[in-house]
Amino acid sequence: MARMKFICDAERCIECNGCVTACKNEHEVPWGVNRRRVVTLNDGVPGEKSISVACMHCSDAPCMAVCPVNCFYRTDEGVVLHDKDVCIGCGYCSYACPFGAPQFPSQGTFGVRGKMDKCTFCAGGPEEHGSEAEFEKYGRNRLAEGKLPACAEMCSTKALLAGDGDVVADIFRSRVLRRGKGAEVWGWGTAYGSAQGGTKS
Amino acid sequence: MKQRLMILGLVAAAAVLSACGEKPQASGGSRYDAAPYAGVGQSPFQQPGWKAGDKTSWEQQLKARAQYGMNDYSRVATQ
Repeated sequence: MARMKFICDAERCIECNGCVTACKNEHEVPWGVNRRRVVTLNDGVPGEKSISVACMHCSDAPCMAVCPVNCFYRTDEGVVLHDKDVCIGCGYCSYACPFGAPQFPSQGTFGVRGKMDKCTFCAGGPEEHGSEAEFEKYGRNRLAEGKLPACAEMCSTKALLAGDGDVVADIFRSRVLRRGKGAEVWGWGTAYGSAQGGTKS
Repeated sequence: MKQRLMILGLVAAAAVLSACGEKPQASGGSRYDAAPYAGVGQSPFQQPGWKAGDKTSWEQQLKARAQYGMNDYSRVATQ
């Protein structure tokens, strides 16, 4: 198996926020924390483009590089996860991440910054799979249930693709070939290392 | 005699200086996480069609799910 990857097809995304809602519902994410967001470029201008953004589970993750307590780890499937029992909530990962993925709940006393929370690719965390502790800290572990991330599976237009990088790339490639455009998809270069990505919308 | 004194001196120095070393500063890091193909045990949320603990069947399950759920061109072709 290749690495688990997300890619958002900007030609298909209609800014319905179904992915955001699916994520919040699936993991019971607290108020104020958004593991996934939909960003619209040139909003209101004809030809505007929307993309769904979360942790891209980078191959060379900057958050992992800057974490002072080494709370991040990468699974064999390429999913970047973190241990909330080790995280100290310093926020370095938030500054390092180019996608703004790390989130910090601020429900404590005096608006204290809590432990970091981010997209887990629906792969839970370092607790027993399917346990109550895993759900409370990281949300559902859909990968261990034999499912794919809820955001992509709930996407109404199938703009958001998630899964094995080879499969995702094949699906996207077939779309580009059929419609004759779209190879310059946003985020492709960052996630897959292609020189042509990320320059146009 | 001189050799014995030298050995004794080295042993004494090692004993005295042993407290001057640094303690290991490596943090514990993240804990071990089980592989996703291990499954979630007896859970009603476990998707049927694959065998927990079998990596190959788990990979096939995810690939089939991605093709069926996200590749609308292949779905149209099979209908």
